[in-house]
Order: sequence, then C-alpha cells, then structure tokens
Amino acid sequence: MAVTASLDAVVREIEDPELPHVTIGDLGIVRSVTIEGGTATVLLTPTYTGCPATEQIRDDVAQAVRAAGYEPDVRLVISPAWSTDWITERGHQRLLAAGIAPPPPAGEPGVTVVEPPIACPRCGSRRTRSISHFGGTACNAPYVCNACSEPFEFFKAL
Amino acid sequence: MEPLLTYTLRQGDRALILAQRLLEVITHSPEIEEDMALSNLALDLIGQARALYTYAGELDGMIDGASRDEDHYAYWREQHEFLNPLLVEQPNGDFAKIIVRQFLHDAFAFPYWRAMQQSTDETLAAIAAKSVKETAYHLRHSRSWLIRLGDGTEESHRRTQNAVDGLWRFTGELFERDQVETSLLGDGVCSDPDQLRTVWLLTVTEALDEATLDLPEDSVMQTGGRSGRHSESFSRLIGEMQVLARAHPGASW
Repeated sequence: MAVTASLDAVVREIEDPELPHVTIGDLGIVRSVTIEGGTATVLLTPTYTGCPATEQIRDDVAQAVRAAGYEPDVRLVISPAWSTDWITERGHQRLLAAGIAPPPPAGEPGVTVVEPPIACPRCGSRRTRSISHFGGTACNAPYVCNACSEPFEFFKAL
Repeated sequence: MEPLLTYTLRQGDRALILAQRLLEVITHSPEIEEDMALSNLALDLIGQARALYTYAGELDGMIDGASRDEDHYAYWREQHEFLNPLLVEQPNGDFAKIIVRQFLHDAFAFPYWRAMQQSTDETLAAIAAKSVKETAYHLRHSRSWLIRLGDGTEESHRRTQNAVDGLWRFTGELFERDQVETSLLGDGVCSDPDQLRTVWLLTVTEALDEATLDLPEDSVMQTGGRSGRHSESFSRLIGEMQVLARAHPGASW
C-alpha cells in the first residue's frame, strides 16, 4: 500500500507538456494507480479527445513508472468525461501563476452560455475581452486585458 | 455488415471527413485566430473519429476475429466504404461556405451527442459525454460567425445566403433513417432522427433569423454518402488524406 501511494504521488507530479508547472495531478486527469505483481496500471482521463498532449503524457507516465521499477500499463478512460471542475485548488493557483486565467465552474454544456467576466491574471482587472474562442492549445482561449493591455490565456470551462 | 458497426463508422466518418476539409483551410483563413479555431475544431473531430474507429475495430473483430486499429479505417478503406453524410465532404469555398457548412453540421452534432449520452450502448454513451462538451464550443463558434457574416456587410450577407442556399440540399441526409437506425432505435442504442431534426431546425431557424438570412425552401435532398456514394471531389479528399500512409505503410515520426 505504501508503495502504491508513493508511485501514485510520483505519477501525479508529472508536469503537463503544454502548461508550465501544472502537474497532471493538478489537472485531475489521473484516475488511479494500482500495482499488481510487477505491473503498475495507470488510468488517465484525456482532457479533449484530440488533444495532442495526451500521447506525450502517456509516454511520460510510462517512463516514470518504468523508472520506479514497474512495467507500465497506461490506459485512457473517457468515461466519466473529464471536467475542468476536476482541476485542484493548487492547479488553479499554478495556472494563475503561469499567466493563465483558471476556468469558472463548468455547468451544463450549452450554446448560449454567458461567460462570467474573466479576471486578468496579471493585474486582476475584470475589464477583459475575448480575442477568439480557440487558442494555441485545445484547452485555452486568448483574451486581452483592457486595463493593462496584456494578452493572456483563459482556460475554458469544459 | 452489423448495424452497430455501420452506425459507428457513419459517425466516425462524419467527424473525420469534416476534419479533413477543415485542415485544408489552415493558413487560408481570413485571420490567424481563425486558423487556430478551425484547427482546434478539426482536432476535436479527429479525436472523436479515433474513439469511434477504435470501437469499430472491436466490433469488426468480434465478427471475424481480425485486429484493426483506427488507422485502418482512415487510411486503408476505399472511397465507397466511407459512410459520411455528403454535407461534410462539400468542398471548401469562400469563408461563408466554410462557416455555413460547419454551422449546419454543429447544429446537428450538438443535440446529437447530447441525446446519445442516453444510449444503451455504453461505449457510444461515453464518447457522447465527451463529445457533447467539445461540440458545444464548436456550435457557439460557427453560430456566432454565421450571425456576424449574415448581419454584416451587403457582400458578406450575399455570400452567406448563397452558402446556405447551396448547402441546404445536403442537410436532409443528416436525419435519414434506414434499416440500420431502425434496428438500433428499438434497442435504445441510437437517438431518434426525427426528434433530432426538430431540434436542429429550431436552432437553424433562430440563428438564420438573427443573422437576417432567409430559411431556404425545402427542395429535393441529396443523399448517398451514408451508403458509400460520394461526390467527385471526395476522391481527391481521401487521395490526399491517404497518400502518405499508403506510400509508406507503418511510417512513424
């Protein structure tokens, strides 16, 4: 049990390849880590179905498991579907520190959702505006702050 | 072919072929943000197609014991084996056409995935729960562009109305029902195409109205894609999509 707990902690501390200093534990995509014999099974929930970082995360997890002396069995589970509500409090703080506005509560997926005003992660002003619905990564959308004029990324609620 | 396998491939092909059309647009969008947006849409659609093809591989394997991965369905099938509706393979044109094609599709896909969360097939329900969230963003995007373009300048209005009129005849196929749907409906595996059409029409009517565009008169609808009969431009689309995998089987990078 202690061994499982320590491997679990190692896996959760792996950093996301596209979000600086945010771990996959912070993102809430690690479902479980179980050890049976010499094999460690890790269940991950992908964020977006087509997110290219998923493959990288799989490889990183397998490498960490191997380094800990186990044969990795990394599997993706899509149900229940990942939600940004699973991002931890520490994850929110780290996103903010990386200049990314953390997501508001996800709610039901809808079309005419009114986004709450997004606070600028640099100056805190809520006078910000959306530049586009989609950004350089699947989970982010570009915003700009009207107060300090800085562009920033907003982590979309999903 | 098993109804469930045919059904799964139809949905996977719908996603993949629309993604391939969107990928052709990249670097040709009116602004760089739109290049990113359309490639994000395409990535989500490819992700959905991959999940559906993986499931198709399991279903196929239960029939003949052979093992097929997602690449098999994307790269190694012939034109007549693709079962996407004709709407998604319609060639790109001006930006209005790209947006209208996307909107007409998204207005279908969002309520489709929402309904499919209730499917009695656990895998399809799981894919639906994942896809509905992504598709909500797609519909928000294509709907907002439709309104900007329709209610924009005289020229953007004219082009957008042209696109709506030109693509309308491909929308009926989205709600067709043949023996595949009929047999799956009884088991609660798939959603009811008639109910879906009602929701779709409401979304489309409201958006066109807000965009100051006219709803086209219902005319003869084109059909055939879901049975493997495609338009001429489709052969060029899959030619480009498959050439690398076929020239270098098993290539990786």
